[in-house]
Amino acid sequence: MKKISYREAMREALREALAADPRVFLMGEDVGRYGGTYAVSKGLLQEFGPERIRDTPLSELGFTGAGIGAALGGMRPIVEVMTVNFSLLALDQIVNTASLYRHMSGGQFSVPLVIRMATGAGRQIAAQHSHSLENWYAHIPGIKVLAPATVEDARGMLAPALADPDPVVIFEHAALYNTEGELPEPWSTDIKSAMVRKPGSAVSLITYGGSLPKTLEAAQMLAKEGIDAEVVDLRVLRPLDDETIMASVAKCRRAVIVDEGWKTGSLAAELMARIVEQAFYELDAPLARVCSEEVPMPYAKHMEQAALPQPDKIVAAAKGLFG
Amino acid sequence: MKIAPPPTGPVPWQPELALAMVRDMLRIRRMEERAAELYGEQKIRGFLHLYIGEEAVATGAIHALEAEDNIVATYREHGHALLRGMPMRTIMAEMYGKREGCSRGRGGSMHLFDAKLRLYGGNAIVAGGLPLAVGLALADKLQGVRRVTACFFGEGAMAEGAFHEALNLAALWKVPALFCCENNLYAMGTALARSESQTDLCAKAASYGVPTAKVDGQDIVAVHEAAKKAQQHVREGKGPFFVELQTYRYRAHSMFDPELYRAKQEVEEWKTRGPLHTFTARLKAEGKLTEEQFLALDAEVAKEVEDAVAFAEAGSWEPVEDLTRDVTAA
Repeated sequence: MKKISYREAMREALREALAADPRVFLMGEDVGRYGGTYAVSKGLLQEFGPERIRDTPLSELGFTGAGIGAALGGMRPIVEVMTVNFSLLALDQIVNTASLYRHMSGGQFSVPLVIRMATGAGRQIAAQHSHSLENWYAHIPGIKVLAPATVEDARGMLAPALADPDPVVIFEHAALYNTEGELPEPWSTDIKSAMVRKPGSAVSLITYGGSLPKTLEAAQMLAKEGIDAEVVDLRVLRPLDDETIMASVAKCRRAVIVDEGWKTGSLAAELMARIVEQAFYELDAPLARVCSEEVPMPYAKHMEQAALPQPDKIVAAAKGLFG
Repeated sequence: MKIAPPPTGPVPWQPELALAMVRDMLRIRRMEERAAELYGEQKIRGFLHLYIGEEAVATGAIHALEAEDNIVATYREHGHALLRGMPMRTIMAEMYGKREGCSRGRGGSMHLFDAKLRLYGGNAIVAGGLPLAVGLALADKLQGVRRVTACFFGEGAMAEGAFHEALNLAALWKVPALFCCENNLYAMGTALARSESQTDLCAKAASYGVPTAKVDGQDIVAVHEAAKKAQQHVREGKGPFFVELQTYRYRAHSMFDPELYRAKQEVEEWKTRGPLHTFTARLKAEGKLTEEQFLALDAEVAKEVEDAVAFAEAGSWEPVEDLTRDVTAA
């Protein structure tokens, strides 16, 4: 075990992928000379050169599409998009090309492309840099959506994502980059399953990405009040691991979904629908969810924090299930 | 608008090449005329965008390419697929929506794909293929493969941001991409001057430092000679090239289009510049083609078309159990 930051874990994963396979290259805005907007790719330009650590102009649609073309052409590109908000400029290429080429061509084409992007709020950078739109991507058949929330997943998920023959979108919550954790050896490289991060028996707290640390904190607070919460980290947002989710719900008989997306049409809504479809008779209480308030993310710190899921809100939602 | 006189002048080709060009233009023409009939019979549904009138563009350009080159095309791509080597049977079956089609009937007329032929669609998002073409060309460059990626698109695509992003990237990274703008003067029903503040399309490409050529797309000799030069520039590693092929669509945009936006007279005038009859007239004048030869070619093509229709008719439907097959690999 060694202590490592989420950012360093991601960088190590990139370095390993670049060293292991000459087809792999990284491209995006300021990934090279600048060292990456979130400094994830810092130092990689010096190590791998400008062909493989490729700075792009501010052309999200263009370079994401070029990534798709390069993947079709035999390369294994990693496209970095600065934030999920900016990825909307590339959405056409992701939705109208990458996700559907295999099916629409009758199975002829494979788009082995990895797209990484920062997501989420908490750093006071206001509404055009802070949204949490993972669920927009999780809606789309043909792509896989990953949300590494731990240093282990930051280190481990890239390699299987690159090995996957289909487009994989990786969401890195910007508030996680500085978090540190113990990296076990060997680390997990699974991109299929949800994981129980803290076992419990009284209520299942189901979450992903940047909300995982808050949810674990809420579980500790609940423990002090005698409520033994289980925390499930989804890890993979598409396809969802129904088996792990339903097992936790069946065990705890109560569930709270914690999702930084807006409530309306959220991933939380999808999870609740699935639980009702698959595990309704296991439940002892209605389902609850903690999502972001339905406002564009404000700049002022107190307002931003008020808009986001927080441990105290999660605790309140969980306690509300015990009548 | 003043319409230029029909293309004339000597054909600097051996009779074999000239006949191959006639044959391929005829194949596109007759296949699509039949497709239009089949649309009327409701055998082909959805959108059907015909290339009739524009045949010299794909024919002249694709004859300048090598078999290993990549082709990225639009939703008006029947001709490009055919000349790339896709059997007419396979195209017709795809238009019917049959399993024997190139895309198992999942794409239809607008989405002809063939991985082995390096035909990457069949893209119905206007300008959607341009970034893809840059990426394919980048992959070849990074892998040291000496190949050209030819990307076909209409002038309407040049109003999209994707065009500008793609041209900038292609020039910046000096990738082997050949951009072929099929300027048929109308983006659906919107005339060029009504949608572009700068109607000199080559000026747009040139603003990215990409060399350009403006070509009469109704003159297959001009198209082919220009395409040969352009592809050579690209193949030699000198970076991308942009060709504007000025052409005209004789049929409606799609089968749903009542053509309210242009005068019948204009269409008739452009027909005097038809790529097929002007070219055959030139060949006949030079003694490189006889009427008998032409009729024999036409009869041969008619057989190919009827064979393709029979194949599509006899085809099968993809079983509904396969609906979710190939959404992802696993």
